Amino acid sequence: MNMWRTFRALFLQQKTRMEGVVVPDNIRCVQCGICSYNCPIGIDVRRYAWWGKPIRDSHCVTCGECVARCPRGVLRFEVLEQTLSSG
Amino acid sequence: MQYVLVGSGVAAVAAAETIRRLDARGRIYIIGEEKDGYYSRPGLAYYLTGEIPERMLFPMRPEDFRRMDIHLVHDRVEGIDPQAQRVRMTRRGWLPYDRLLLAVGAEAVRPDLPGVELEGVVYLDNLDRTRALLRLARRAKEAVVIGGGITALELAEGLRARGLKVHYLLRGDRYWRRVLDEVESRIVEQRLQHMGIRIHYRTEIEEILGKKGRVVGVRTKDGRVLRCQMVGIAVGIAPRIALAREAGIATDRGILVNEYMETSVPHIYAAGDVAQVFDPRVGRHVLDSLWPLARRQGIAAGYNMAGKRVPYRRGTPLNVTRLAHITTSIMGMVGQREADPDAGIVRGDSEVWRALPDAILAQKSEDINSIRLMVGERHLLGAVLMGDQTLSRALYTLIDQRADIRPIREALLKPQAPIADILADFWETWQRQHRPTSPAQEVSQ
Repeated sequence: MNMWRTFRALFLQQKTRMEGVVVPDNIRCVQCGICSYNCPIGIDVRRYAWWGKPIRDSHCVTCGECVARCPRGVLRFEVLEQTLSSG
Repeated sequence: MQYVLVGSGVAAVAAAETIRRLDARGRIYIIGEEKDGYYSRPGLAYYLTGEIPERMLFPMRPEDFRRMDIHLVHDRVEGIDPQAQRVRMTRRGWLPYDRLLLAVGAEAVRPDLPGVELEGVVYLDNLDRTRALLRLARRAKEAVVIGGGITALELAEGLRARGLKVHYLLRGDRYWRRVLDEVESRIVEQRLQHMGIRIHYRTEIEEILGKKGRVVGVRTKDGRVLRCQMVGIAVGIAPRIALAREAGIATDRGILVNEYMETSVPHIYAAGDVAQVFDPRVGRHVLDSLWPLARRQGIAAGYNMAGKRVPYRRGTPLNVTRLAHITTSIMGMVGQREADPDAGIVRGDSEVWRALPDAILAQKSEDINSIRLMVGERHLLGAVLMGDQTLSRALYTLIDQRADIRPIREALLKPQAPIADILADFWETWQRQHRPTSPAQEVSQ
């Protein structure tokens, strides 16, 4: 299952914004953990959401699984100039 | 300095984190009577539907607390002695405090119905009760759910997802009329029916029927009998104020606190669902039952307990939730003039939503997507957004920041106005003119 998720994530990556970063809006977040549970890479997205910080994990493939699964619209993609320059 | 925080929900955890940031050496105790400690209570709904396993309900591991040198204690606080500044626990006895936080939450109201004590009567209230509910759901075939608001739907949808035939009983003639308008209620009801949930309007339980101590059905006030093995109840919640009241702390429906989260007794604070917080903008004490606001209150309490005088600013109440699989944001004042027979304050609720704004309505709906705005003279006062959430963050910011909407007011109020397009254009312009203030920054203050 996880392998399949990873594969799918890498495939989806072709179609998603690779230069983007997932950003949480923590006033919407209830720490349910659906994002972390569905991350194919195993990133603890919920922890970033708790602190309201962008998911700046070098392993994040911005596959969008967490964004799509969050039942409360906490997560969104954002294209940030500084993301590109600071890596 | 010794800090004692009673309750292990988000308000207490947020307070503990905040205190630790400000006071590296003070001793911090979180005393919770649930053996599971801190978990995501709103996550229970997704545990019930099977979207997450139980282990995902825990946002923090025990080592996270250890790293912050926060002591988690599983015990029940039975009494407070404000004179001696100490609390009494069932197993461990007395524990002194310099600063005390009461963050004991609220509990599901048990209605006064014959048969309410039977096995099979369930509440989506805490992790233990949810586990029991899931065990019962494994062998049940039919369920009856009563109550308005979000939790009742979570129960109905969750039991349906577990394969049960679900009857949803409404006392009135539509769903959650205190917050939703008729268009929105109907959208939710249609989706529920589409999911296979049977709605019974103007139907109340007269008696829960039992056999050998277990639920076998309900008898309605109009004399019908619905066979079921479970009855899900979500008719409201009540702040757990007994502990405070017995200690002589001022209470109303909740524990009364000022903007600094201070109760009427020195060195004792309250936050979260149990706190009824003074809101200087409306001039009275208000109850909220929203998780992110409980966190903000905990943070504010933490600051004040650690000696920094920081007032709690609620901001615009917001809940984003799923109603019958439709993502819905409710923000600001969206008041309804009709009384709702189905619910008092329920979980995921704010009394502010029900304030009646002096506003004109602008509304547009199409299929499952609906947008309703409360348009004031200069500002947007509230909104309900169902389905498409593209504008949710923009709307929240415009309402919360009290954006001057006079340039678009007339256009918004025209019949059949393309509300979403007007708002999207306005948001583009407004964003360029204003540096965005992220609600995230406010939470972390």
